[in-house]
Amino acid sequence: MARVLSQAVLAEIERARARYPRPQSAVLPALHAAQEEVGYLSPEALDDVAEALGLPVTEVASVATFYSMFFTEPVGRHKIRVCTNLSCYLNGCEEILDHLCRTLGVRPGETTADGRVLVEVAECLAACEEAPVLLADEDRHGHMTPAKVDALLRALDREPSATSPTGPAGDA
Amino acid sequence: MPEPLLTRYLGQPGREEIDAYLATGGYRALARALRERTPDEIVAMVEASGLRGRGGAGFPTGRKWKLTPKRDGETRYLVVNADEGEPGTFKDRTLIEGDPHQIIEGMVITAYANQVHQAYIYLRGEFFLGHRRLSRALAEAYARGYVGRNILGSGFDLEIVIHRGAGAYICGEETALLESLEGRRGFPRLKPPYYPAVRGLYDRPTVLNNAETMAHIPHIVALGPEAYKSYGPPILYSVSGHVTRPGVKELPIGTPLREIIFEHAGGPRAGRSVKAVFPGGSSSAILTAEHLDTPADFESLQKLGSMLGSSAIIVLDDTTCIPAVIRRTVEFYRDESCGKCTPCREGTVWLSQILDRILCGRGRREDLDLLDSIARNMTGTCFCPLGESVPPSLRASLRYFRDEYAHHIEAGACDVAGGPHR
Ligand SMILES: Cc1cc2nc3c(=O)[nH]c(=O)nc-3n(C[C@H](O)[C@H](O)[C@H](O)COP(=O)(O)O)c2cc1C
Ligand code: FES
Repeated sequence: MARVLSQAVLAEIERARARYPRPQSAVLPALHAAQEEVGYLSPEALDDVAEALGLPVTEVASVATFYSMFFTEPVGRHKIRVCTNLSCYLNGCEEILDHLCRTLGVRPGETTADGRVLVEVAECLAACEEAPVLLADEDRHGHMTPAKVDALLRALDREPSATSPTGPAGDA
Repeated sequence: MPEPLLTRYLGQPGREEIDAYLATGGYRALARALRERTPDEIVAMVEASGLRGRGGAGFPTGRKWKLTPKRDGETRYLVVNADEGEPGTFKDRTLIEGDPHQIIEGMVITAYANQVHQAYIYLRGEFFLGHRRLSRALAEAYARGYVGRNILGSGFDLEIVIHRGAGAYICGEETALLESLEGRRGFPRLKPPYYPAVRGLYDRPTVLNNAETMAHIPHIVALGPEAYKSYGPPILYSVSGHVTRPGVKELPIGTPLREIIFEHAGGPRAGRSVKAVFPGGSSSAILTAEHLDTPADFESLQKLGSMLGSSAIIVLDDTTCIPAVIRRTVEFYRDESCGKCTPCREGTVWLSQILDRILCGRGRREDLDLLDSIARNMTGTCFCPLGESVPPSLRASLRYFRDEYAHHIEAGACDVAGGPHR
């Protein structure tokens, strides 16, 4: 019996599994779906994914910890990822990151005390023409300035949670 | 200059939708391929076009397809690499968001040419918008019969699945990508025997190509190889850094760096000059203003000890502290090293520690030789090309900008004004 994942997510995992000749290939789609629902990959969520795919939980956990977009500890409801790679670095990303961290009172990699926002550094987001760039949840923001960071943070306040999920991978 | 082929309609509102694509002749190349050409004829056309893979290594696409064994009754796969993570590169993302049907049409033709019935697109996890657009485009293509069972009544079947990555640069490397697609950690596989063409996804023959490579295919089939070549042949340069008009520039391969940077990307900001350039992403050896007349093609850049790679041109102006930039690239490879082999895992840590020391004003005279010798020891000893990406730029920077490093060590400070150099 599933511990934390809803029937809808379990059904989504089942559909993902059908898209590959081997169930293990559905681990990444399943982990994405589980994290979207629970907020992070808790031990219970990993158990559910392992059970749904018929894999040892150690295997699923080992995969989860390899990829930087998966969190095995609770993190902020909103995730802001600031690109600090070359083109953004050449275009002042440090000022953006500093301003963001100072405003929220966190260091990169930390979540605000109220559990609202996680700030992370990101590698090149493949949008260097808009440097400096950040991702706020699922939305990319380019040509960032400290003023635009402030506006973004105000907008996050108005939205209670992350932008809605985009549906299963390869929905066809 | 020839008209752009791949980027002609980019930026037009609604271009990502199938009706806009069809209105400009989209999916006609596929229809013709299925009706008028045998799979082998298409392989021959792609080979004659001279197309070289756009993922970085520049392997001739037609030759790659020929190397994929076509044994009766054996399953083959097509895997498209849309994991675009090489710093400075944004052409694939631009196509995926702005004209995704081009990639899908290229995939269906490629699958037909290689008699593949199951394809996967490995899409970078951070491409949320790209995922929405590509998913929608794929659903449209299924609904109109361009993907799925009995495509356009030809009897040819193809399923395409989008597979989202989850944040790991190494998964852009083809064998690590396949591990990831099989649901494991993205550790690279040993070559030989794991060449994807012969032992790829689930150990089966696999055609593995970059997303931009796919976007060239419909044009080659629609125009024929000769007419296609008369467009350059075209490639997409991603130009960024210290230029006033950054962006994807579709130009004939071999356009000189100077022309790309000054005419097409607006040149540096007023009062500034170009100091250095990465011509092919941060894995390519850094070049200087002296090299700007070099044609940006495979051979010319290789002759300079650099490479075209993913054709990402990152421009650095005279406010830039070179050791600080090199430290940033070394930190990137340090953080993205999968940890499997020692030279890459340890070498990147040592290099960044020494660079830290130099940039903090605590550098030692012998540090420059130490940097060079660590870089030399990493060359040819890393398990996969990620670690091998570090030495070329570092060593080139020591050669071209040695004085700048030496100044940091002797004066304990940076004398480049105005740039970021912490
Ligand atoms: C560390 C590393 C990262 C890579 N990242 C990418 C990538 O993001 N996208 C890509 O298409 N190729 C990438 N490649 C190249 C692939 O291994 C492979 O050569 C390419 O996808 C083949 O497609 P092509 O023949 O169409 O170029 C990378 C290679 C290495 C070594
Ligand atoms: S360097 Fe920031 S998006 Fe590429």
